[in-house]
Amino acid sequence: MNVAAPGARRRASHTGLYAFLCSVIMFFGAFTSAMVVRRGASNDWKGIPAPDLLWVNTGILALSSVAVEKARRHLREGNRKNFNIAWSTASLLGALFIAGQILVWKDLRAAGVFLNSHPGSAFFYVGTVAHAAHLAGGWIAMAFLNWQALRWTLGPGKRTAVDVASIYWHFLGLLWVYLLWLFRFWGN
Amino acid sequence: MAAPAGRPKVTNMNHGFLRRYLFSTDHKTIGLQYITLSIFAAFVGIALSVLMRFHLVYPESRWRLLETLWPDGAPGGVMTPELYLSLMTMHGTIMVFFLLTTVPQGGFGNYFLPLQIGAADMAFPRLNMLSFWTTFLSFVVLCAAFFVEGGAPLAGWTAYPPLSAVGQIAGPGQGLGQTLWVLSIALFCIASLMGAINFITTTLELRTRGMSLLRMPLTCWGWFTTAIISLFAFGVLLAGGVLLLLDREAGTSFFLPAGLMINDKLLANKGGSPLLFQHLFWFFGHPEVYIAILPGMGAVSTILATFSRKPVFGYRAMIWAMLIIGFLSFVVWGHHMFISGMSPYSSIAFSLLTVTVGVPSAIKTFNWLGTIWGGSLRLTTAMLFALGFVSVFISGGLTGLILGQPALDSYFHDTYFVVGHFHMIMGVATVFAAFAATFYWFPKMRGRMMNETLGRIHFYLTFIGVYAIFIPMHFAGIAGNPRRYADFAQFDFLKDLSFLHKATTHAAFFTAAVQLLFLFNFLWSWWKGPKAGQNPWHATTLEWTLPSPPPEENFGHNPPQVHRGPYDYSLPGAPKDFLMQQEER
Amino acid sequence: MLLPLVIWATAVLVAASFAIKRWWFPAPINAHAASFDSIFSVNLLIMGVIFFVAQALLGWLIWKHRDRGQQARHSEGSTRLEILWTSITLLLFVGAGLASTGLWYEVHLSALADAGLKIEVAAKQFAWSFRYPGPDGKFGKTDIKLVNDAAGNPFGIVENDPAGKDDIVSSALRVPAGRHVQLLLQSRDVIHNFFVRELRIKQDLVPGMTIPFRIRADKPGEYEIACSELCGLGHHQMRSVLVVVSQQDYDTWLRRQAAQR
Ligand code: HEM
Ligand SMILES: [Cu+2]
Ligand SMILES: [Cu+2]
Repeated sequence: MNVAAPGARRRASHTGLYAFLCSVIMFFGAFTSAMVVRRGASNDWKGIPAPDLLWVNTGILALSSVAVEKARRHLREGNRKNFNIAWSTASLLGALFIAGQILVWKDLRAAGVFLNSHPGSAFFYVGTVAHAAHLAGGWIAMAFLNWQALRWTLGPGKRTAVDVASIYWHFLGLLWVYLLWLFRFWGN
Repeated sequence: MAAPAGRPKVTNMNHGFLRRYLFSTDHKTIGLQYITLSIFAAFVGIALSVLMRFHLVYPESRWRLLETLWPDGAPGGVMTPELYLSLMTMHGTIMVFFLLTTVPQGGFGNYFLPLQIGAADMAFPRLNMLSFWTTFLSFVVLCAAFFVEGGAPLAGWTAYPPLSAVGQIAGPGQGLGQTLWVLSIALFCIASLMGAINFITTTLELRTRGMSLLRMPLTCWGWFTTAIISLFAFGVLLAGGVLLLLDREAGTSFFLPAGLMINDKLLANKGGSPLLFQHLFWFFGHPEVYIAILPGMGAVSTILATFSRKPVFGYRAMIWAMLIIGFLSFVVWGHHMFISGMSPYSSIAFSLLTVTVGVPSAIKTFNWLGTIWGGSLRLTTAMLFALGFVSVFISGGLTGLILGQPALDSYFHDTYFVVGHFHMIMGVATVFAAFAATFYWFPKMRGRMMNETLGRIHFYLTFIGVYAIFIPMHFAGIAGNPRRYADFAQFDFLKDLSFLHKATTHAAFFTAAVQLLFLFNFLWSWWKGPKAGQNPWHATTLEWTLPSPPPEENFGHNPPQVHRGPYDYSLPGAPKDFLMQQEER
Repeated sequence: MLLPLVIWATAVLVAASFAIKRWWFPAPINAHAASFDSIFSVNLLIMGVIFFVAQALLGWLIWKHRDRGQQARHSEGSTRLEILWTSITLLLFVGAGLASTGLWYEVHLSALADAGLKIEVAAKQFAWSFRYPGPDGKFGKTDIKLVNDAAGNPFGIVENDPAGKDDIVSSALRVPAGRHVQLLLQSRDVIHNFFVRELRIKQDLVPGMTIPFRIRADKPGEYEIACSELCGLGHHQMRSVLVVVSQQDYDTWLRRQAAQR
């Protein structure tokens, strides 16, 4: 850490984040190749369940990313009030997405599709749960910033935290789109 | 990830005992915590191997102690095969993960990376603390497997399914013990990923003024490359571990095919692929061997230069070699699977890539020889271990080239030849590098010198000891002796090898006992060693510009300005035979 | 100055202990094993020479450049040397790798004029079974549910399939000398490995897969089959024998076994 170099902390946070994203990509990469191999290895592939509710959830997640971007713009302009509104919207939408995913799992279980029903269902649950777990991590960071923002204790130094949380959030959105493509199109 | 980088360092010293020694965020304390954990793990691992070797040559003997420790595993004091295999599994897992992966990177890397690049701490000190405690938890979870019903798992450190996936019916230890094993490895993956993120960020962002990448000591390059490899490897193992856990606990069939009949019981699984796990495992597993060795390569390069009073020969070639090794290590995993049933065509591809990865290793060896060539060698204990490292690295690397050829590996796979090979190159080489690093840096970490006489005796006895243990294993392998056998009585051809195994076992007892010398030296010097100065070896890198031990804030408010590369020894016309990195002239 | 002596002594001892061949391969029993031995010898020679030269050089450098108060030579490296040794090792290592691919190709990939005899191999914790198609040359159907070791049906042969009526199940692998035999390797529980030292080859048996594996033994005799993939607590006792007999003896044996069924 070089106290003399301004922005060192900001750069470090970004580098750390990108390194982290690499490891997440490797995890989901391994997940994908396992799925490809598993599908090719046997003839018991029955597709992957992908209920339509997923589209709704996808929309919610996309909206939350939009709200995040809006919030960042307000923050850059120094408009704290609008930042709070947009950021809170994003957090709410994020929570809604997770709730939506839980609903998807419940529906599937009600329809008799369990983790161990068939290979597609197993990969679906593992993929969506792993994604949701990563997302929950991001959401906690987001909610923490939100809490500070609403109490007006989010200092100017927190720009970095907001940026890092936003990049991570967008990344998870893209990751979700990729997973959705895998499940809905590649898998069936 | 809100990090205090750029903010004055959080200090722990004016806090209470807990904050200062246990939950410290200071990289130096954390480094020492890793080192302590590793030394403990190493002695546990050694003890397990001594028990194993004892059983192999005296299978009938009764031993009270065993029965006390493992009432089920050693009824009447005679070791059962399942106990043997669980000791083997735990030995391998503890050594690979908690010694070879932990001490070079978590231990020395944590302590010295920030010091060598002129930083006040790692980029994310709290994350750093979290990595250590996750590693610690992982170790506790692993050891807990000894104490649960059925005992520790017996599927080896590679844990191939179905054996590792079907639960208790496949053998004692395959129940809760194996579950704990998987959990422990998953935790270890997470800890290593956190560590890797920290190392990469620290190296990229926290270098002091003038410390360009090409002025970094090769130790830093070793830690940096290792961190990159870890970042790409551990996520894959984690994925494999999660899927394995689900196959065990949730009834999925990722790795379990249809029609499995275990112990006369038909399982309901369908369609899984046992080879899939092997691919995931070895995609991590081969890079893992380089995760273990690269920091050691860096340390050895630095130590050879320091005690030869010469720059490292081919500094850039050394960096290229590391980066190429790092890259190639991800495309050779199939050499562990030549005979696994994967396509014979892919074996040929993996084979050619494997012999290619031998090339950068050879380059490094040539450059080490080039480094001492024309030097003025001071044979301190650290130097002895570094030179010993070169010797065992050559011996272990050459057998790798034989194993890398599928036609030859078709005989040697899973024989003692492999055991001899990887102990030489991975175990012994890495441990020699760690010993060298300990003797080299102990003065800095503690402010006291270790005892050189004791150190030399320890080195020579260990050097002879490891050759005496692991060379005979090659012969057992050439004679076809399979590894992971709890007993050699069932095969006629194994009876002829009993002399070899006896010799190996006695060499192992001897070498294990010799390690107590090191422990004694370490502890004695810790409290009683003579005071070390700031730069006892006349070395050039930044850690030697600080008092020994360094103050908690490292360089404090005046980070050094670096003017030169890391190995300016014996510069013609210089007033002394070394110029430190921050010296202008 | 002990170190050079210790390194030299170690190198000499290691080289010598390889040279005496006291613990070594068993005699080869076919052409493949013989070529394996010669390829291994060449490899060992190359590696041995590198080993010896490198260790000797290491010791010599330590001896020659020990600190006698002399000034070390300042040298940062040499691109010429780097290029030289990189290309030499690359050629040598890749050359060695290529040189043995033929042997691998022969065993696993080359086409055969004679499809050979088919024998099924079934492994389980911790025993081997072998199934011969019998005089009709056809394997009967199997069903995993019918597997019953106690009743002598480790393959689960379906009772009423005519093709299976004359199948022969044995706990040893008996093959005629000099003929190609196609083993069909299967495991019902965990991974095992089929290894016969005298043949110089091994192959995993993976549950869920049937792996064809070709062997040919020319020299009559009995050779031990050792499981070489960790399969559980009885791994070390998972033994069978490969019995190589003349074609004549083999035919007699086959007829007698089939008659007994
Ligand atoms: C010259 C470079 C090397 C080559 C060509 C090579 C080749 C191989 C091959 C082909 C195997 C698989 C043998 C088998 O299971 O049948 C193997 C095993 C192994 N190697 Fe290496 N290796 C090299 C360097 C290293 C290094 C640098 C390390 C560690 C630092 C290492 C550690 C291991 C370990 C731990 C195993 C055993 C894995 C197991 O349990 O099956 N190797 N090596
Ligand atoms: Cu490998
Ligand atoms: Cu076995």
